[in-house]
This record gives sequence, C-alpha cells and structure tokens, in this order.
Amino acid sequence: MLSINAPPATNAPIVTLHGVAKRFANGTLALEGFDLAIRNGEFVSLLGPSGCGKSTALRLIAGLGEPTSGSISWSGAESSRRRNGLDVGFVFQEPTLMPWTTVFRNVMLPLALEGVDHGVATQRVSQALERVGLASFRDAYPRELSGGMKMRVSIARALVTDPPLLLMDEPFAALDEITRFRLNDDLLELWRTVGYTVIFVTHSVFESVYLSNRIVVMTPRPGRVFAELTVDAPYPRDESFRTSAEYARCCRIASRTLSRAMEGMS
Amino acid sequence: MSTTAPPPTITRTRTTEWPQIVLPIATLALGILAWDLVVRVKDIPPFILPGPGLVAVTLASDWTLLWDSLLVTLATTFAGLALALAGGVGLAILFNQSRLIEHSLYPYAVILQVTPVVAVAPLLLVYLPQQAAVLACAWIVAFFPILANTTLGLNSVDRNLVDLFEIYGASRIAVLLRLKLPAALPYMLGGLKIAGGLSLIGAVVAEIAAGSAGAGSGLAYRIAESSYRLNIPRMFAALILLSITGIAIFLALSLLSFLVLRRWHESAIAGEQ
Repeated sequence: MLSINAPPATNAPIVTLHGVAKRFANGTLALEGFDLAIRNGEFVSLLGPSGCGKSTALRLIAGLGEPTSGSISWSGAESSRRRNGLDVGFVFQEPTLMPWTTVFRNVMLPLALEGVDHGVATQRVSQALERVGLASFRDAYPRELSGGMKMRVSIARALVTDPPLLLMDEPFAALDEITRFRLNDDLLELWRTVGYTVIFVTHSVFESVYLSNRIVVMTPRPGRVFAELTVDAPYPRDESFRTSAEYARCCRIASRTLSRAMEGMS
Repeated sequence: MSTTAPPPTITRTRTTEWPQIVLPIATLALGILAWDLVVRVKDIPPFILPGPGLVAVTLASDWTLLWDSLLVTLATTFAGLALALAGGVGLAILFNQSRLIEHSLYPYAVILQVTPVVAVAPLLLVYLPQQAAVLACAWIVAFFPILANTTLGLNSVDRNLVDLFEIYGASRIAVLLRLKLPAALPYMLGGLKIAGGLSLIGAVVAEIAAGSAGAGSGLAYRIAESSYRLNIPRMFAALILLSITGIAIFLALSLLSFLVLRRWHESAIAGEQ
C-alpha cells in the first residue's frame, strides 16, 4: 500500500517549486535544487531531520522571503490572490497568539487586516471557532487556555480566510501525545470536510504517515527532496489505523527512507 | 453577629498581605518614637531638629500655604510627566520606524539623560521663563525611561507574529497599531512608573534652583525658603509632604499599570496555586 517515488497523477498542481535554493545572509545554504509540486486537495508532509530546510521551504511558499534562485509558481486563480496573502493559512510551531486580546479578536486578525466588514467577519470568526470546537471560549484570553486549545485557536485563525492552502510548521511538536493525537484526528476531519490542501512540516515519521497521502522525505542541509512516498491507506483514518499492521509497515518504510536520506545515499 | 464567612480567597489574601502592611507601619511608628525620644532626652532645640509632634503641628498650622505649594509642584510634575510620555513614546515610535532618525538622535537622548539635571537647571533658568524652565527639568529627567523602555518594547515583538502580519499583507501602520504598540505596552508602563518619581525629582530640583533666584511658590521652594529662615519644622513638614506625594504617584501609576495589564500580562496576574 506504500509506494516510493510514485506520486499520484490526480489534480493539477496549485503551487510548484522549481529548483529552489535559499542561502541566508550568514552564508547558510538551507535549500538547494528543491523541486516540489503540490496538487489541489493533497495532504503533503515534509519529513526530515531538524535543520534540513523544511521550515524554510514552507516559509518561502508563504511568501516570507524570496528564494535565492529557482522559482515558485502558482496556478490560475491563486497567482492573483497570492499578492494579498488571502490564499494561505499559516500555523506556526508555537500558537503565536496576541496575548493582549481575546480568542475572538485573535481569530479575527486576518479579516481585520484585510478590511473585511465587521459583521461578515464576526460571522466567519464564529464559524471558524465552531469548527475547532472553541465556540464557548471566544471571550477568553490566550493565557487562560491550555496548549492544545491555543493551537486550536491558531488553526481557527489560519482557516478563517478560507484559504485553499494551509501551511503548518510542526504545529503539534510541543504538545503532549494525547493532545497531539486528538488534534491530528481533528485536523484530518477538517481537511476531509472543508477540503483544502495541506503542507505539513514534521520530524515525526509516525505523524507524517498517519496524516498524509504523500510524504516528501528531505535530505539534511542543504535540503532537497530525497524521496516521495505515497500512503495509500484510505481515509477516514482513526485509532484502528494507528494500531494496524499496515500503519506499522508504512512507518517502517518511511523511517528507513529517512535514515537513508540522513546518510546521504541517493 | 455575622452570618456569612468570608470567602476563602479573601482570607488567604489577608494572611499573605497582612505583614506587608503592618510591618512597615510598625517600623515607621518605632522610628517616630525613637526620633521623639532623642529630641526629648538630648533636649535638642527645634531649629536643629524639631520633634515629630512639632512637625505635625506645623503641618497643620501651615497647611494652606503648604497645600497651595503642593498643588504648584504637582501641576509641574504631571505636566512634565505628560510631556515625557508624549515625547518618550513619540520618539520611540520614530526611532522604531526610521533607523536614520534613531542613529541621529539617540546619542543626544542619552546625553540629556546622563547630564545631572541639578547642573542643567540653573542654565535653563537663565534662558527660559521660570515656569517653563521648571517644566523642562521635569521633562528632561522623566522622558528617558519612557523612551528607553518603549524602544525596548517595540523591538521585543514576537518574530512569528511579525511574520504572520507579513503573510496577511499588513501595512506598516497596522503593524504598529495592532502589534508593536500593544506588545510594548507593559514596557511603556514600566517606564512610566519610573518616570513618575523622576518627574517629581526634576520639578523639585528646578524649584530649588529657581528658589535661590528669589521666585517661585512650589513645595521645594518652600523648603529652600524655610531653610534660609531656619524654619526647620516647616522644612520637615514640606519634606514629608513631598515624600507622600512621591509615594502616591508611584502607587497611582502601579494601579494604572495593573488595571491595563490585568487581563493578559504575567506581571499583573496573581499566582494561582
């Protein structure tokens, strides 16, 4: 059920990275010759060791910084929406909430910055909070919430603009396992029902296999694509998938691929 | 006969805060007692060291004079503080928006701060009308902590939040108003707390300097005047009034800081165990 280097030829890509390289001002070469195409509706994980440039790749897609060489191209409608930033939602490793204001106003931020009419915005914020199960916490301040709830607020904020593309940078890495599993399930549920595209950065083999239908394994710095794995297991995935032999087998293959990537064997 | 027991939180607050209130008062009482004893036993004349009783009597008998003087000093202090707040925050925002302005002006803000105001006050009195000179002194000493703290606050914004604002294409003004200023607020209030006391000091220093020039009616001028007339009890009375004023300003600004930050900032949140 798990094949290597055979990405499914389903939809047209919404964003494509061609030979992207990124060198920082301090001389660090984070990415080199990075090629990746993200197709509509996919759940793609970027899997690699710490410092392999996976977060850098995600930030470039979000429009934070420009590639040193190579290009990032967007399909059709997205290329125009790209400029005002409405087409991506970004979830950081930390919840990254404004501590001085309420959950509601935090989630409203992207709409407020866009100048969306207050009435419309209020409705959309309520809807986003409902989606992540925090409707009753709208007037709470971030410090009053648990780590998992803060992350839900962060996800609600990323979803409030209804972006076709959701970028997540190790969002659950700092959470305990129980909370992480729940958020994984809730994220998959949202992805299936709302139907956006997800690029999910992680260093956890288990998390990437559980969530994604495609895993992009990256080499250590400078990061490039080492291999792409397709996880064919059907959705919805739940606890029975997490404990299945199939899941264990996929994790073994992904783990082996990651080890080979880290040894630098192509 | 009370029917309801006080809620447990209040009891706990009382037990934790009780020594904090009673102990300083006890210390004060002991100090006054010792002061009184020394004056009585050694039979010290009032023009060298008046006893606490005499100071209290003077405070009451000279109340109208001292109260009017206090109002003058307070007006200077608060005007200086308000200008310092506007100037400090304004400059900090300007520095934050333009490196060029920051590099051009920041050294001079530091020079203004490190030059002792006692030494500057006489010069200001030469060039400015007296009221303006006194106000300028209060401003000079009070604005720097606000500038320095607000600058620090504006530069201490969560990097990820800055990125988030960039992703959503926020304008510079939106970043300033929605992100940088709220993030700098706790720092700004910390600076204001320091500036409140300093503004009073600046006003007093300038009044003393002006006092020797023979004009003025603030509380510090009363101290200088009483000193020339060897009216030591009135000096003490005015000094006590100044101390109380300083404490009141500090408490008021602490309360303001608490009220503004109580919903979100760690500094204003009581530990809950």
